[in-house]
Amino acid sequence: MDLQILTYLIVGATFALYIGIAVWARAGSTSDFYVAGGGVHPVTNGMATAADWMSAASFISMAGLISNMGYGGGLFLMGWTGGYVLMACLLAPYLRKFGKFTVPAFVADRYYSKTAAATAVICLLVMSITYIIGQMTGVGVTFSRFLGVSNEMGIYLGMGIVFCYAVFGGMKGITYTQVAQYIVLISAYTIPAIFISFQLTGIPLPQLGLGGTMVGTDVSLLAKLDQVVTDLGFSQYTTALPGSKLNMFVYTISLMIGTAGLPHVIIRFFTVPTVAAARSSAGWALVFIAILYTTAPAVAAMARLNLHATVNTAVMKGGDMFAPESSLNYEDRPAWMKRWEVTGLLKWEDKNGDGRIQYYNDKTTNPTAQANIAAAGWAGNELTVNADIIVLANPEIALLPNWVIALVAAGGVAAALSTAAGLLLAISSAISHDLLKKIWMPDLSEKGELMAGKIAMAGSIVVAGWLGLNPPGFAAGTVALAFGIAASSIFPVLMMGIFNKRMNKEGAITGMLCGLGVTLFYVFAHKGIFFIKGTEYLGLIGGANSFFGITPEAFGTIGALVNFGTAYVVSKFTPAPPEHIQKLVEDVRTPRGSKMISGAH
Amino acid sequence: MDKSGQAYWFAVLKLLAIILGIWFFVAYGLGIIFASSLNNIHLGGYPLGFWFAHQGSMYIFIALIFIYAKLMGQLDKKFDVHEQ
Repeated sequence: MDLQILTYLIVGATFALYIGIAVWARAGSTSDFYVAGGGVHPVTNGMATAADWMSAASFISMAGLISNMGYGGGLFLMGWTGGYVLMACLLAPYLRKFGKFTVPAFVADRYYSKTAAATAVICLLVMSITYIIGQMTGVGVTFSRFLGVSNEMGIYLGMGIVFCYAVFGGMKGITYTQVAQYIVLISAYTIPAIFISFQLTGIPLPQLGLGGTMVGTDVSLLAKLDQVVTDLGFSQYTTALPGSKLNMFVYTISLMIGTAGLPHVIIRFFTVPTVAAARSSAGWALVFIAILYTTAPAVAAMARLNLHATVNTAVMKGGDMFAPESSLNYEDRPAWMKRWEVTGLLKWEDKNGDGRIQYYNDKTTNPTAQANIAAAGWAGNELTVNADIIVLANPEIALLPNWVIALVAAGGVAAALSTAAGLLLAISSAISHDLLKKIWMPDLSEKGELMAGKIAMAGSIVVAGWLGLNPPGFAAGTVALAFGIAASSIFPVLMMGIFNKRMNKEGAITGMLCGLGVTLFYVFAHKGIFFIKGTEYLGLIGGANSFFGITPEAFGTIGALVNFGTAYVVSKFTPAPPEHIQKLVEDVRTPRGSKMISGAH
Repeated sequence: MDKSGQAYWFAVLKLLAIILGIWFFVAYGLGIIFASSLNNIHLGGYPLGFWFAHQGSMYIFIALIFIYAKLMGQLDKKFDVHEQ
């Protein structure tokens, strides 16, 4: 069947499925709307959390990043999974016992302060909104690439689908659609990986295939890859480290505590029935996440090898990679390269005028590679490949059947939609519950609050869609910002609220502001004040990455340390929190007496 | 907090220290700090340091959460604070 029609059919079927689930799981109460009724099974919740967490970036971009970075890409793998250990041990069970709908609601009660709550709401909104822009643009890109519609049309379609199940179903609708979306996205990710692993190593399981040997030889896949990339002047795949080891260390911490502090992930643990379920649910979430995250390194390495093998015929057949006939003749390029050239994500420029494609590292400092390149008369790298292609084009590169390619389209869309829905819920509950019900209109009835939640959700979808259509210039810096804020403000304030009984509102508020301030100062220095081009002030802080070579993306860790430090010092010099708050902390620490979550007290 | 409450919390913190100690050692020790030296050892086709960063640490994270959940369940029962 024609690829385009097949893609329409498969993506259309998944949409029908999501909407069907939404109709079945309509939210009838605020408890349904905010926490899916509070009775979700830990395994179901784990699956939904995995879909919630794995965004368009995890699905589409991560393997490509790892593919380019090699070993150093491990910081994403460890950072984005290790956070769940922190979540399971330090936050989820205690917040579940506390028994409120939202993260700011915990901050408000624990720190007996509207200022603290408002700070938390602002952090949450800034973080979720910056994060959602990425999801909406991801929806647009995936739709336009696979369905042949315009970028704008893709975003409108995405908004429409999310509207159907998020507005009517709330957390309940979102939870069960996320389960379906998880199944779609994980099949889409693993099926091509299984095929490719089998083609290259004869081992179907990609996690083992990556450590396997190449079919018909006794050379291991990683050794082969190391050999090919170093010959072409790149750094060795299994040891490549962009930046310093210290930066990788700090970056990994930042991603871990940032993950544990992301409100749209934390609120998922309010949906399980008990404290014990919250603990095991974090484990299930990580199991489902790890299925993708342990496959990603195999996808990355195998795609890298396949890409080199496509443009240089000597890679697989053996022989001299620098011989003129080894480089792929541009006229003979495969159909997938033509398709991706149209999108601009893949570009060829014939620098030495031989009509063939040379793909290598032209900035190499490796003397052997330099000599070979000079002798071959190559005049610069001719192929530019966007990292996002690695996952999206992977099935095409490996010549897999059309239905696999169509499935990847459905998977990419599912990843973007599920995360967008989770973020929208975090945003709308912050508005309807924390701002409206808690601060502005305490007399709001449950029915009124449910209506407000739905309106806030609809409003958020429109804003998110608008931002996706008109992405502000700072879209590129948003990951740094979202994780920086979560790591430097939300994570410390929650952790201190549970583990430090003496922590008071003065300490918490100063800590949040200082942690956030330091992080923003460093991020803005690199990327401009509020990401406005030309307002960078790198000179003021002594140049790029001036703080021990730490990149702005990794700076959340330093922000968190500043937060913990200032909060501790300030709390020492200010009055202890009132007796009933200390009792509350003691109560949160023991599992007994956890009850169905309600927002009514 | 009463005596047994304090003892319970102390036991929880001790368990957390052990779990997070392993978590830190695996990710930051084996996956980053000692990765280069571990790469001299091979696990199948994997250099060991690379394996910890790209595969191993994630399997250990999963095991840690389930072990923690199980041991916490036992602690809750022992101190009689488990959910009924």
